[in-house]
Amino acid sequence: MDWQSLWLSGKLALVTVLILLPLCVFAGRALAYHQFRGKSLVEALIMVPLVLPPTVVGYYLLVSFGSESWLGQWLRDSFGIELVFHFSGLVVASILVNIPFALQPIQRAFEAIPMDVRDAAACCGMSTGKILTRIELPMIWPGLVTALVLTFSHVLGEFGVVLMMGGNISGETKTISIAIYDSVQAFDFDSAGVMSLILLLFAISALALTTSLSRRMGGQHERQH
Amino acid sequence: MMLVRLVVLLILLGTGALGFARADTVTVAAAANIKFAMEDIARQFEQSSGHKLRVSYGSSGNFASQIRHGAPFELFLSADEQYVNRLQEAGVVQNNGVIYAYGQLALVAAKSSPLMLDNEFEGLRQLLKTGELKRFALANPDLAPYGERARALLQQAGLWDAIKDKLVLGENVSQAAQFAISGSAQGGIVALSLAVAPQFRAKANYLAIPEDQHQPLAQRMVLTPKASSAAKAFYDYLQGDAARKVFADYGFSLPTKAHGAP
Repeated sequence: MDWQSLWLSGKLALVTVLILLPLCVFAGRALAYHQFRGKSLVEALIMVPLVLPPTVVGYYLLVSFGSESWLGQWLRDSFGIELVFHFSGLVVASILVNIPFALQPIQRAFEAIPMDVRDAAACCGMSTGKILTRIELPMIWPGLVTALVLTFSHVLGEFGVVLMMGGNISGETKTISIAIYDSVQAFDFDSAGVMSLILLLFAISALALTTSLSRRMGGQHERQH
Repeated sequence: MMLVRLVVLLILLGTGALGFARADTVTVAAAANIKFAMEDIARQFEQSSGHKLRVSYGSSGNFASQIRHGAPFELFLSADEQYVNRLQEAGVVQNNGVIYAYGQLALVAAKSSPLMLDNEFEGLRQLLKTGELKRFALANPDLAPYGERARALLQQAGLWDAIKDKLVLGENVSQAAQFAISGSAQGGIVALSLAVAPQFRAKANYLAIPEDQHQPLAQRMVLTPKASSAAKAFYDYLQGDAARKVFADYGFSLPTKAHGAP
């Protein structure tokens, strides 16, 4: 059982969620409230990571951020940022891959807020910031939690991207799914079994949680405030 | 969405996943380090015999574990002896097979890398001192024989402790080679058989490490119970002169003929 890898995966999931969720609150709100030309194109583009093989993401990150690309060189020389073979690279990959998982539930939750609630708040002279913190966030929290759980569990399962650009460094890029893969190759089925069971139990609980939350979301309109 | 994935998975499992081998197609699992030599040999064998080969390349450990779980391979060419012996102990292969080649190691660096290649690892020592060595690639020493020998070499040279934290590990020696010359790493120790391939030489320099500096890397192959007569023919062909010449061209040393033959 490789606790370090489990911790690393957890850390990766946490960092991804912390960066991605705030971004998705603003993006989801904008998409829910505003109609503009090309909106459906933007929405389609956002969904791309859902159908894109992770190895494709890994490949593009390798060629665009490796030391041989101008972008990789520029990042390294100007900011000292190196992504390939580093934890930060896994964070970038996780964020890209998980945009649809985080954005979708949040956008749907914003769309479910009745227009008259927002109008009433605006009439009372509340500022946009206040409307967001006092009214909208409390109303969309089931969507937020769904986004959080989906993103978190999805990061734990990332394999292709990590295998391609991680380099299997303990404590830096050796995540739990890589550790399971290594254990199987080393004929260590006991460790692989324990680690897999942990992920399985987590996945089932995460799914149960999001299912019950989406039911609450569905029932939000009928609830009296 | 989860449901869709599940359904697709069930369909895949239901169709027996991959086992659609045609009658005269031989399904082979080969260690990544022999890829380039194997491609040449396979082409020659297909022309001379009329049989078709379907070769998968990857890490020996992964294949061994798949074969143990009934993967439809007829012939397994491992990067070492240990995996074949383990399969025999598990009773899932016919015998302990035969050594088909002895592998060698090479110190490699991308052409843009500041690493100087020499047999005493002086260049590596210098680069570690100056702090220019950020990343150095090996196959995973705990899983891949080439990685394990590379670790032993670095330990002998007294460099292991200094370089340990700079290592990036390929899941097989082929991925390690790709890491080594990616430009994101300053060099690596990989299989000579990969370093001599034209695809590799276009991007990187290499230096063969003398055989007497490390334990020999005996590479064993073995037939599984699923082997057809065509698979047996290929097994014999791999021990013949034509195949031996190709292996030699790619920097392998060869066992004396019929060494350990069944």
